[in-house]
Amino acid sequence: MNRDQVYEKLEAVFQDVFDDDSIRLSDRTTANDIEDWDSLNHITLISAIEDEFHMSFTMGETSTMKDVGEMVDILCERAQEKPKKKRRFF
Amino acid sequence: MSVISYPFDGQELMKRRRSIKRKLKEDGTARLPKKIAVLGGSTTHDIIEMMDLFLLDQGIEAEFYESEYNRFFQDAMFGNEELDSFHPDIIFIHTSLRNITVPFPRMTDSAEEIEARLEEQYGLFEAIWENISAKYQCPVIQNNFELPAWRLLGNRDAYDIHGRTHFVQALNQKFYEYASTHPGFYIHDIQFLSASYGLEQWSQPQYWYMYKYALCIDAIPEFAFNLVNIIKSIFGKNKKVLALDLDNTLWGGVVGDDGVEGIAIGHENAQAEAYTEFQSYIKAHKDLGVLLTVCSKNEEENALAGLNHPDTTLRPDDFTMITANWENKDRNIMNQAQMLDLLPESFVFVDDNPAERTIVEQNVPGIAAPEMEGVENYISILDRNGYFEVTSFSKEDLKRTELYKENMKRAVQKAAFSDYGEYLDSLEMTAYIRDFDKVAMQRITQLTNKSNQFNVTTKRYTLEEMEQTAADPDSIRLYGRLIDKFGDNGIVSVVIGEKDGEALNIVLWLMSCRVLKRDMELAMLDELAAKASEAGLKKLKGWYYPTAKNNMVRGLYESFGFSKVEEKEDGSALWELDLAGYQNKNTHINVTREVFE
Repeated sequence: MNRDQVYEKLEAVFQDVFDDDSIRLSDRTTANDIEDWDSLNHITLISAIEDEFHMSFTMGETSTMKDVGEMVDILCERAQEKPKKKRRFF
Repeated sequence: MSVISYPFDGQELMKRRRSIKRKLKEDGTARLPKKIAVLGGSTTHDIIEMMDLFLLDQGIEAEFYESEYNRFFQDAMFGNEELDSFHPDIIFIHTSLRNITVPFPRMTDSAEEIEARLEEQYGLFEAIWENISAKYQCPVIQNNFELPAWRLLGNRDAYDIHGRTHFVQALNQKFYEYASTHPGFYIHDIQFLSASYGLEQWSQPQYWYMYKYALCIDAIPEFAFNLVNIIKSIFGKNKKVLALDLDNTLWGGVVGDDGVEGIAIGHENAQAEAYTEFQSYIKAHKDLGVLLTVCSKNEEENALAGLNHPDTTLRPDDFTMITANWENKDRNIMNQAQMLDLLPESFVFVDDNPAERTIVEQNVPGIAAPEMEGVENYISILDRNGYFEVTSFSKEDLKRTELYKENMKRAVQKAAFSDYGEYLDSLEMTAYIRDFDKVAMQRITQLTNKSNQFNVTTKRYTLEEMEQTAADPDSIRLYGRLIDKFGDNGIVSVVIGEKDGEALNIVLWLMSCRVLKRDMELAMLDELAAKASEAGLKKLKGWYYPTAKNNMVRGLYESFGFSKVEEKEDGSALWELDLAGYQNKNTHINVTREVFE
């Protein structure tokens, strides 16, 4: 998966988790830039990203990633196509 | 409306929970407001988020109290102002292996030392339960413990008293003993849930190290769903009927095409085995008081032939109603609901055909129509949905199928009488109408929480609140049991009045729809009037509060001869009756205040 593809999917995950379609991401984006991105929602976010990209962050990565750029670096390396799930709600 | 049934995509639900919740809240459903206190021994944030979602889906709008991280013990034992003023309707104690505070047994410990430690740990929990049930008088839900994911003694861990596995099982056993002797106390079985989910996955420790979660994040939706099943059941949201398709649902093949000898049922092959096991699972629901009906597109003759197949487990007798015709299934279900005096939303529609499920789901509001795909999955799909989660159980449940069948016989006999009064007399009815007593409390509470149609105020009570009411000298309570020549209808009516100056204010008046038009409500009124007069009261008064379901009692007080004092814009109305010169109204039922033996 290339960087643009990762960004496109990642943005959609952020928009879903924070229920805000206006969210745009860049390498420099951090938790300070998104209003509801606190430590509790961070857990949901990480888990949704892992599910979307069909990969897991290690414990070390989760605690040291500084911005979206670092996250995207890891995703470019390890992301996989998510198998299609049939269930949607609404 | 309900959009979520098992199996669901938990990750998708977690990710999109905000928008799903927003849409559920906007769908216009009237929801039951409830206050839920979550006292956690580990992080509870996402658990509460997901509980909120599933509760909304079940028609409950929850407000939460969340204890500070790992403050469950302090909150439960010493309380705090916030929790006290919150007045919870239910308390959930979320503890896990991480909250076992005594040292686990070591190989060097003696049996006595281990027993003492077990008692010490158990004692801490029992103290919590005793304290909060005395203080908050509400139902309590407590997790049991999941099994340890690693075993120092290997397989021996399970049976050696020094094993952690053994210790945890012994502790769980003590929890169960408490649960089985304390109504209003419920175990949330995470031992089953973690095993079913996969203990290795469930217990991945990074979620504890990083976030202080006692289970992996991905398991949270399953956890919350399972927990909400207990809560919605306590608040009267269980289903009541399984409406079953036949071809490819209860047996393999199409009886009309393949003939009776051609359908797969019995033990001849894998398909037949699977359908047989499913039939046994369905049949066992009768013991829980769940009604079974057939809803099949078939010639009736063929349907009955299939149900009389020599190897079938379910027989025509097991069903309260058998509807086999070529009508649309949504209409058949609406008809069944009407015949049985039940709400269509209390049905679970079980059909392998997605097109039939869609039609029924679209046209029968609130019905559940789970995705039945692959006979080998049928049991687990129904089972995990928890439609009939058993939180209370009364003797009535054991024989509900019989009760409804007797009702069908009464309907047949009714047709033979020209005069309705004559028909009522022919039923030879006796009503046992009394103040609440201990034996009846479970059933009184159960009936109160599930009656929607013949219910003037739709006030709900937990068992604890009902017990308080029963002990309140300023209230007058009645429950009624109706017997006739066809059998015992069980406890069918509950009335509660509160003394208010010279009047008795009726705060609850409900009756089971299975005894509609039998004059039972008149017998209850006579008894209430008598009790009120004995207590020196001069008047009866009561509010009618309209809901989406109780239109049938809009004119109840009027029919009793009450006069209207006040009516509000929303249709609520206050009614009043002067007791001076009250004349008994019931003429067809013989009434006694004795205990029914």
